Amino acid sequence: MQWVDTIIQGILLGGLYALYATGLSLMFGIMKLVNLAHGDLIVLAAFVIVVLASLLPPGSGVVLALVLSLPMMFAVGYGLQVGFLNRTLDRDILPPLIVTFGFSIIIQNGLLEIFSADSRRLPLTGWESASLSIASGISIGTVPLVCFASAVAVIAGLNFLIYRTEIGRAFRATSDDPETAQLMGIDHRRLFAVAAGIAMMVCAIAALYLGLRANFDPTIGPARLLYAFEAVIVGGLGSLWGTLIGGMIIGVAQTVGAQINPEWQILTGHLAFLIVLVVRPRGLFPKSEG
Amino acid sequence: MALLQTVKLSTGYGDFQALFDVDIDVAEGQIVAVIGANGAGKSTLLKAVARLLPVGVDAVRFDDADISGLAASQAVRLGITLVPEGRRLFPSLSVEENLQIGGYSARRGSWRLAEVYDLFPRLVERRHHMGTALSGGEQQMVAIGRALMSNPRLLLCDELSLGLAPIVIQDIYAALPRIRDAGSSLVIVEQDIAQAMRVADRVYCLQEGRITLTGRPAELSREAIHTAYFGA
Repeated sequence: MQWVDTIIQGILLGGLYALYATGLSLMFGIMKLVNLAHGDLIVLAAFVIVVLASLLPPGSGVVLALVLSLPMMFAVGYGLQVGFLNRTLDRDILPPLIVTFGFSIIIQNGLLEIFSADSRRLPLTGWESASLSIASGISIGTVPLVCFASAVAVIAGLNFLIYRTEIGRAFRATSDDPETAQLMGIDHRRLFAVAAGIAMMVCAIAALYLGLRANFDPTIGPARLLYAFEAVIVGGLGSLWGTLIGGMIIGVAQTVGAQINPEWQILTGHLAFLIVLVVRPRGLFPKSEG
Repeated sequence: MALLQTVKLSTGYGDFQALFDVDIDVAEGQIVAVIGANGAGKSTLLKAVARLLPVGVDAVRFDDADISGLAASQAVRLGITLVPEGRRLFPSLSVEENLQIGGYSARRGSWRLAEVYDLFPRLVERRHHMGTALSGGEQQMVAIGRALMSNPRLLLCDELSLGLAPIVIQDIYAALPRIRDAGSSLVIVEQDIAQAMRVADRVYCLQEGRITLTGRPAELSREAIHTAYFGA
């Protein structure tokens, strides 16, 4: 029973990693931009939610704070893309890496300056501390369950956006061939800004569960980025459902490792990533032409 | 009045200058052919007009307004659409989605999916295939249809016949007068001189980035074209 519980917890943890990874995957998929500040932007969103929650009347809940943070994070993504990232594209692979690495440092130090290095947690107002008991020895926390459901909903929603809507068609066309997309009347820079805005909204959703499940402080962003990368690569570039599976594999590997020896949690996650990389170098569900 | 006018148009790629003081005029309802050897600057001319390449102020005028400062996506909204060399279909989009994306920021007009399928009936049964699974000729039809979905006032076609079988080229060229009659003027770039002469109202010949000959097809002698094409 203990192992069943371990695996269930791992799968649910995978939902969180998938949420970390989805925004990263979206930006890479559409504009071939690797955002090294992704983890730090999730942490930034977590602080935004903390501040909003503290400004709201007590008891109104973190979900309202999340809802309020969504347009703000969209604006952050849109602004970063228009102000900086669009200027780094079209040339070389290196400028966007250097610029986003710079953002990573700036965001971490900015947050340290304002909020100090103390670790934080989002305030729990009720449902967040509840749990469901499914069988003897297995109980599922509401937060991990809702987090996993959110990951599924976010990925289903994004897939609908990408494959069933006009702007999604424009995303795919621009991802294929930005120059020809312009010949269709698509302003690719504005489209990239919208994509970055959407990616940052997903970061805000990830940040809610980051802050509800565990403590966080300004320096933990890069490690979240690492889990996100692993989930994306295990799943295969270009497939959001693959990213969810990738997150689940990393999550299960971590909880199983922790069950064997609590010190092994992070190690077994990375080992699972390396094994997949050896066996299936392009991930489990790569897009056909990759 | 000319729909499109280029005035001393010079442009190129980085340090390489590909066009030198090129003047062309396209009147409303005309089909204009630009011929010339490989590397003469024909595609460059179309790209400059479609606003993919930087040009000097007032070098490209459309509908009597300077459009030299516009981006390609803005030119489409004005009614200038390019069918690029090599078709450039979007590989992750189906045939129908490729056509639909052509209407992304379409002007009002008569070209919709039904009209494009009517022009190229072969595409109907292929509508749910991926664009890249089609034959070259069918891909060219999709590329033209995709451009028409924007309801262009000026359709720029780059090397329509490149790499296609003669019978397919005939089908594609047969569509051009219909496109003109539906309200678009056309500039076609073509290496196949005979093909270009049959369909065009006016011909420009480019050689090493300069216009070397212009006139109505009937007025041009073989010798004059030969000289303009290859140099004296």
